[in-house]
Amino acid sequence: MISAQADRDVVITGIGIVSSLGEGIETHAAALAEGSQPVVDTEGFKPYPIHPLAALELDRQIPKKSDQRQMEPWQRLGVYAAGLALDSAGLKEDTEAKSALQVIVAAGGGERDHAVDSAILTGLRNANAPGAYLNERLTGDLRPTLFLAQLSNLLAGNIGIVHGITGPSRTFMGEEQAGVDAIRIAQARIAAGQSELMLVGGAYNAERRDMLLLLELGGFLRHGSFAPVFARDDAPGAITGSAGAFLVLESAARAAARGAKVHARLGRVAASHARRQPGGVETALTGLLDGLGAAPTLAISAATGCAGITAEEAAALSKSAPTARRVATGDLVGHALEAAFPVSVALAAIALSTGQAKEAVVTGAGHWRGEGAARLIQA
Amino acid sequence: MTTQGTHRDAKGRPLVAVTGLGIVTSLGQGKDVNWQALTAGKSGIHAIERFPTEGLRTTIGGTVDFLFDEPFSAPQLSEKLATLAAEEAIAQSGLGQPGAFPGELFMAVPPVEMEWPQKQELAQTLDGDVDYDGLLRAAASQRFKAMHEMFLFGTVADHIAERFGTQGSPISLSTACSSGATAIQMGVEAIRRGETAAALCIGTDGSIHAEALIRFSLLSALSTQNDPPDAAAKPFSKNRDGFVMGEGAGALVLEDYDHALARGATILGIVAGCGERGDGFHRTRSSPDGKPAILAMQDALADAGLTPDDVDYINAHGTSTPENDKMEAMSCAAVFGERMPSLPISSNKSMIGHTLTAAGAVEAVISFLTIANGTIPPTINHANPDPAIPLDVVPNQARKAKVRTVISNSFGFGGQNTCLVLTAPPEAA
Repeated sequence: MISAQADRDVVITGIGIVSSLGEGIETHAAALAEGSQPVVDTEGFKPYPIHPLAALELDRQIPKKSDQRQMEPWQRLGVYAAGLALDSAGLKEDTEAKSALQVIVAAGGGERDHAVDSAILTGLRNANAPGAYLNERLTGDLRPTLFLAQLSNLLAGNIGIVHGITGPSRTFMGEEQAGVDAIRIAQARIAAGQSELMLVGGAYNAERRDMLLLLELGGFLRHGSFAPVFARDDAPGAITGSAGAFLVLESAARAAARGAKVHARLGRVAASHARRQPGGVETALTGLLDGLGAAPTLAISAATGCAGITAEEAAALSKSAPTARRVATGDLVGHALEAAFPVSVALAAIALSTGQAKEAVVTGAGHWRGEGAARLIQA
Repeated sequence: MTTQGTHRDAKGRPLVAVTGLGIVTSLGQGKDVNWQALTAGKSGIHAIERFPTEGLRTTIGGTVDFLFDEPFSAPQLSEKLATLAAEEAIAQSGLGQPGAFPGELFMAVPPVEMEWPQKQELAQTLDGDVDYDGLLRAAASQRFKAMHEMFLFGTVADHIAERFGTQGSPISLSTACSSGATAIQMGVEAIRRGETAAALCIGTDGSIHAEALIRFSLLSALSTQNDPPDAAAKPFSKNRDGFVMGEGAGALVLEDYDHALARGATILGIVAGCGERGDGFHRTRSSPDGKPAILAMQDALADAGLTPDDVDYINAHGTSTPENDKMEAMSCAAVFGERMPSLPISSNKSMIGHTLTAAGAVEAVISFLTIANGTIPPTINHANPDPAIPLDVVPNQARKAKVRTVISNSFGFGGQNTCLVLTAPPEAA
């Protein structure tokens, strides 16, 4: 029961990307072409290596200092990347387009005030009335606006405020799979004629001990030094990286009508929710890849580097895209959780836009659950 | 399935039927209990006993206290609430087999964070002052592995997907206080795309704990009129002073109308239209001119192919904050014009509080019960009307009325505005 409009072409007309390598299409195109060395910090969060964000001139995308102050780093990073995408699409000053633009953001959230948390946890040990103590300290010590820097949907809210987008937004949560589903649903809505223009992406700040804490509880982080994603058998695990990527997706007809530059065509995006048992990820990803009908010369993998599932992703790619050049996003910019898949799709679009490949697939298996795959074709 | 594809809406799309409804609030579990209490004008707001409230400006809430004997985290309660609502909705729909729901899952879930009891558990293993490096060392011991899954954003929906056997990749979403409505909207869109014949749409929120309450309190968003608790939520009243946090879940089984007819299901209603607009004005405040709310209502009506004159009742966002209720009244006046003073509008939040992430779904369920029963639940605590808000808020007493078309409003922090147009089942199938 596919509607008549279900096969409308979807194109990528804007790419905004920031990472440890820097910002923008050229920087990342060069990294893809040359396989440049990643930027790694092994000291700041020892024993956890991370890829720190390159310095950004925030004023260029977030002109008001008051806006900058009301956000935490993950939100500034996302707002910045979204601004780059709008600039790249030539829509930043297009009020009419920005009122029609629909936004989907893949987000986590919850940046904590580490000093407040630490002091309270220390104090709670000797508190006679722990509940009252917690109430008193939280009431006195939490900045009222911190809540707004923690709420997941406030990245989308800030994108709207800073860039003047009055179209609606939705925020998907759920770690890596949020990024897969954000792109999947944005693509599907345009393909089905439910939307003409979408801004979709995510942002992740890796330089946060609270976020490391959640992943480390489950044993999903690599300790020690950097190693390539597919060569971490000595110490499997993710090396997280601060990164953000947003894409402007548009119906091919709308893009053509306004004479927009098309970076790439976004074909099918597929997602699954496999039971995590040995072989499950390989089977799921093989199924997703085979369903895309792709003949890729490039495969961008958002693999985490975690034990088992990373090798399974490699096996699925060997089987379903045997002749494609394989690039791990993690080897360039690290693993950006909710943003990992959007960053990977952005890298694929950059590769196609700069003539490095004619057709690409993007894959990713979340560290805990969820698998996704996308197909991109040269415009 | 011979009738599949024969009914279309005004825009040529599949009609989206509702074939199952489930609800849990502080008033109780299930449609019958809730409906009885809501039409009796009963409040579920009470003094909070879940955690000590000493030193807090707000000490009341619509907590759901009847589900656990042991301590629990917010994701655990949110999952339990969602499970109960989904069980009720799926059972009513008769769709699929136990553990095999033939449709996708769209779920509004509250943002998740590691909570204090768990952080304290890690801290107990450390000597000296606690810091995050210490917490990381505790985590690295791998003795607390279960906390990882508990505090992933995706876990609640993950567990619901596994329990009910929904299809595809489950969606966990947030549009703040309009999340529940967005979950329904996403189900509608997926069915209209022809991607799925059915969708399980849930909004759930069980996140009243000390820090959550304090955060809203620090933003001066909550009522501080703690005594008596059941009088604190007073939407559209002159002396309204903030919302009261509530907990609950609403679940809806949405289904392609023809698919539902073909299997002989009882059609409870139609989700006829959805509208959503962003508001780039401010992080917590709505545009003073109400423009995004007005446009969201108008979009929802246009999506449904209906006009303001077709609406019989408005299920208000009605939080009981000074700003929301004023903005909502003004926006409704702009949309409904001279009809507005006599068009019934009531706020379920006067009885169950603001169920936050769940609200849009909980209130959509109540809206369908309103249609089915021909009774409009009241806005209680309406002793002191605000002369600046000349509305028929169905004050204090439920009212019999023929209701075929409802508009349900949800507005949230971050400029999220979502409106749903919900209608009675078509009279002739």
